[in-house]
Amino acid sequence: MSREQMRELQSGRLKDVVSRVYHNVPFYRKKMQEIGIEPGDISSIDDLAKLPFTTKQDLRDNYPFGLFATPKSEVVRVHASSGTTGKPTVVAYTRKDISTFSEVVARALSCSGVTRDDIIQIAFGYGLFTGGLGIHYGAEKAGAAVVPISGGNTEKQLSLLQDFGCTVLACTPSYAAYLADAMEMAGIDPRKLPLKIGIFGAEPWSQEMRAKIEAGLDIKAFDIYGLSEIMGPGVANSCSCQNGLHIAEDHFVPEILDPKTLQQLPEGSTGELVFTTLTKEAMPLLRYRTRDLSSLDYSTCACGRTNVRMSRIFGRSDDMLIIRGVNVFPSQVESALLEIPEAKPHYMLIVDRKGNLDTLEIQVEIDDKYFSDEMVQLNNIRNKIKHKVESILGISVIISLVEHRTLARSEGKAKRVIDNRNI
Amino acid sequence: MIIKQLSVFLQNELGRLEEATKVLSDNNINISALSIAETEGYGILRMIVNDTDKAAEALKGNEFSVKVTDVLRIDAPDVPGAVHSIINKLSNAGIDIAYIYGYSSNGIAPLIIKVSDPERADQVIKGC
Repeated sequence: MSREQMRELQSGRLKDVVSRVYHNVPFYRKKMQEIGIEPGDISSIDDLAKLPFTTKQDLRDNYPFGLFATPKSEVVRVHASSGTTGKPTVVAYTRKDISTFSEVVARALSCSGVTRDDIIQIAFGYGLFTGGLGIHYGAEKAGAAVVPISGGNTEKQLSLLQDFGCTVLACTPSYAAYLADAMEMAGIDPRKLPLKIGIFGAEPWSQEMRAKIEAGLDIKAFDIYGLSEIMGPGVANSCSCQNGLHIAEDHFVPEILDPKTLQQLPEGSTGELVFTTLTKEAMPLLRYRTRDLSSLDYSTCACGRTNVRMSRIFGRSDDMLIIRGVNVFPSQVESALLEIPEAKPHYMLIVDRKGNLDTLEIQVEIDDKYFSDEMVQLNNIRNKIKHKVESILGISVIISLVEHRTLARSEGKAKRVIDNRNI
Repeated sequence: MIIKQLSVFLQNELGRLEEATKVLSDNNINISALSIAETEGYGILRMIVNDTDKAAEALKGNEFSVKVTDVLRIDAPDVPGAVHSIINKLSNAGIDIAYIYGYSSNGIAPLIIKVSDPERADQVIKGC
């Protein structure tokens, strides 16, 4: 489908969803009236920016069923987030929504090379979490044989992988890495297993982790992205080119915004990813702020697909710092450090205010291999890091080299920032 | 002659040097020469010890960053002009010096010199 055809399809669907939420969801009608917008004001996808935002807090405020756009009788399933930071957020699906969900997951799986001849072991949790059931329905739709083992019970995971000859594994990347270690400890040679494809998602993971999993399980690993508020897994997925994740934009239209000004950013810029659901019936959302940081690429992929690609998630917009008026994300520092072999991607940002000037000190662990007895060499390394980081952040920084293994490791939510400015 | 020097990266915080010397002490390592290069944020501890490999292993096992390098040891006579004569030879041979430390006692002044080319420097010193 050409970009123009896609925009036409999206425009028609956007008009439809705006009209549906305006007439059926009091929350959206009120929000639109507050900013003086009516469904008639939306004539194409270019009008997206006129629409109000939706946040996770809005979902909590309308707990549990306040954002439904259809009568409850039309709803055939609900899912919910874990609610670790407050009330859980609830999402709902009509029969058609489940069909769309299955369709986008089936597409994602096919894009990763899964066919009707495959046996897929689904080690995502089944239950209120969208991961397990989401992949399950999509895999069935794709015609693969599903082994719905759910998460945990590593011993059983390993024996079924061997006994059933599963060819595809779907789980979180951290669990895949754990399985690879368990396999090694159990003396199982992954090269002797039929397993060949990994479908991993539901948490951010790095290129290094991908390489580790691919080697440890002897597979090709694919990224599947999603969030329950928008649908679940299958909102986007990587193809064999591994160059960004294709978004199912006929159902979920993305935008990239500056998290501070909430204005749309030019193509290629990094900012907060925002989705509008175009076809969802039970609980459509307008401009849902994911807080995930990404960028969009509208060029045609080497695989031939024309739908827009999002980059891997760089981090969370909640982590954004404003230093001397410049937006700084810890993940930018991390990506700079990944390009310098002498430095390890372990760091701590220390923000302070001296007089009226904000200062940013970055403590970086030096790689053991590059430690030198000569001060000149260490200064060279420090300057190299300083130039790289400054070219990416656009502000001057102080680099402090620290001993290896002294900074916290990134186990999901390592503390990376100390802000000493009392503002 | 060319000898092995052990260098340790030390974060600039109270007690860090003590932790390093404790590891050496616990492993019965004797230190015969020592210098510290310091900056605002960290220091480099450079040492000549009796068992470099054992000392390096022990420090690595305690999460220290260490490096073993070749350095030149020259026993200069404890007389005026001795150091100058050595530096002069190295300089004339086009050998760069990164750093030096040493001390004189009982008529000799052993110098530890980090140079750009230890083997050639050794020849230059011996050849005269």
